[in-house]
Amino acid sequence: MNTGIQLAYLVASVLFIIGIKYLGKTKDARKGNFISAVGMLIAIVATLLTLEVLTFIEIGVCVLIGSVIGLYYAYKVPMTKIPEMVALFNGFGGLASFAVALSDYYLKSETNLASLDAVNLTSIVLSLLIGGVTFTGSMVAYLKLDGKVSGQPITFKGQHALNLFLLIAFVAASVLVFLDPTQVTFIVILIVISLLLGVMTVIPIGGADMPVVISLLNSYSGMAACATGFILNNNVLIVAGSLVGASGIILTQIMCKAMNRSLVNVLLGGFGQTVATGGADGPAVVVKEIGVEETAMLFDSASSVIVVPGYGMAVAQAQHVIRELMEQCEKRNINFRFAIHPVAGRMPGHMNVLLAEANISYDKLIEMDDINEDFSNTDLVFVVGANDVVNPAARTNPESPIFGMPILNADKARTVIVSKRSMGKGYAGVENELFGYPNCLMLFGDAKQTITKVVSEMKDMA
Amino acid sequence: MSISALIVLIYVLVLASYLGFELISKVPPTLHTPLMSGSNAISGITIVGALMACNELGYTTLSKWLGMFALVLATINVVGGYAVTDRMLKMFKKK
Repeated sequence: MNTGIQLAYLVASVLFIIGIKYLGKTKDARKGNFISAVGMLIAIVATLLTLEVLTFIEIGVCVLIGSVIGLYYAYKVPMTKIPEMVALFNGFGGLASFAVALSDYYLKSETNLASLDAVNLTSIVLSLLIGGVTFTGSMVAYLKLDGKVSGQPITFKGQHALNLFLLIAFVAASVLVFLDPTQVTFIVILIVISLLLGVMTVIPIGGADMPVVISLLNSYSGMAACATGFILNNNVLIVAGSLVGASGIILTQIMCKAMNRSLVNVLLGGFGQTVATGGADGPAVVVKEIGVEETAMLFDSASSVIVVPGYGMAVAQAQHVIRELMEQCEKRNINFRFAIHPVAGRMPGHMNVLLAEANISYDKLIEMDDINEDFSNTDLVFVVGANDVVNPAARTNPESPIFGMPILNADKARTVIVSKRSMGKGYAGVENELFGYPNCLMLFGDAKQTITKVVSEMKDMA
Repeated sequence: MSISALIVLIYVLVLASYLGFELISKVPPTLHTPLMSGSNAISGITIVGALMACNELGYTTLSKWLGMFALVLATINVVGGYAVTDRMLKMFKKK
């Protein structure tokens, strides 16, 4: 490979790094994404220059198909479905690495057997494993997120033993491949096991833990690119892959911390099953209801309001009427802010995107650690479609399955209004103590409809 | 591959991972979703590998087909990933 190409790859690597650096500031973030895309373009063009001109038609067709599909999906997907899209694209990335590894294996085994040395075979085997697990794991995560298969954890007896057996079988088959690289049977066994392992690792994980899973799969897709870099002896793949790998690991850690769970605990799965029985024994919570007019009056008389949004808000498509509510409050000079829990939504930062889409300024969205002190001197907290993240049991009740999870101190405010379709349990299947508190009022009904009524009441008052 | 070439690759891996951890821990939680879709697009760098794999002039057909398949997937990842990230970041406004 000549020096020019290597330099182009170096430039691309630097642009990826600068692009991510720009993501550190919200106002520069779009520029960062553009810089990173330019890096990608440079890497692609440089690679194309090394290729035989005769293959350009095939390449053009493939790139055209991929671009049309990618653009169509990117512009069509609703913001509530971003987690599904990320899961799906992670899977494609994994499958691409998987296919490149296989392609490289076949080429070398048929043309230049001597080049299949131990280092190369290790890279190929690793790439198959990580790529395969990323692909099928992401597909299962996608199907769960999209509701095409149940979000309930699927567990059965001997599951962990089976996974361990698969892993041992994978190592054994890898050793056999090392001993005789021409034996295609062993490669086929490796393919089957790695695809199976992806399915097996994601099925026991419940819907509530999906933010962790997609972060982790994101990290895997980076590692898969790294492994491909080792196969092809290519630095730009390794740099880009490690950036993505690091990003996924950091997000995974943040999500685990926000749920007070260890990664091992999430991966072993089954969360939510034992929990449901534990919550059922508790005393029934007696709640106080509030109507639309009183709600509007409470907003009208408040001087500070904090909204705690959850994924339920997005499901009800209530974010746009909440912006109208915000406008009504701001007309009255009410300090109106949003408290964002790290696991609000279904992937890291999801709630911020949903609110940004509703044209809510990002400086109104305050992270948990920055706003938790302020609840005690806030007049009114409005909880929309959130549940576990405001359950005081996490602080007070050591028996509760969510005990120890960091929560928003909504209960400390003077008054709390909870907008909820009906009495039901949160993701974790736990009864929410907050609903029974003397300062808590329930506003029952579809969030979008009730809030629309509250807003029109407020308009009439003005 | 010689061991010294491998060592160089491992150097790159370790240093880039360290840099990644430093940079990404500074990304504010507000931007975590675009970070994920953007890094998703970056992981489409496999496209470089896919392009090389496509370049086999009929040596082995299977190898080439796999390369073309990988190329389509990696392109979806790259183009779709950057496009959706841009679409999201465009919405983040301060008033």
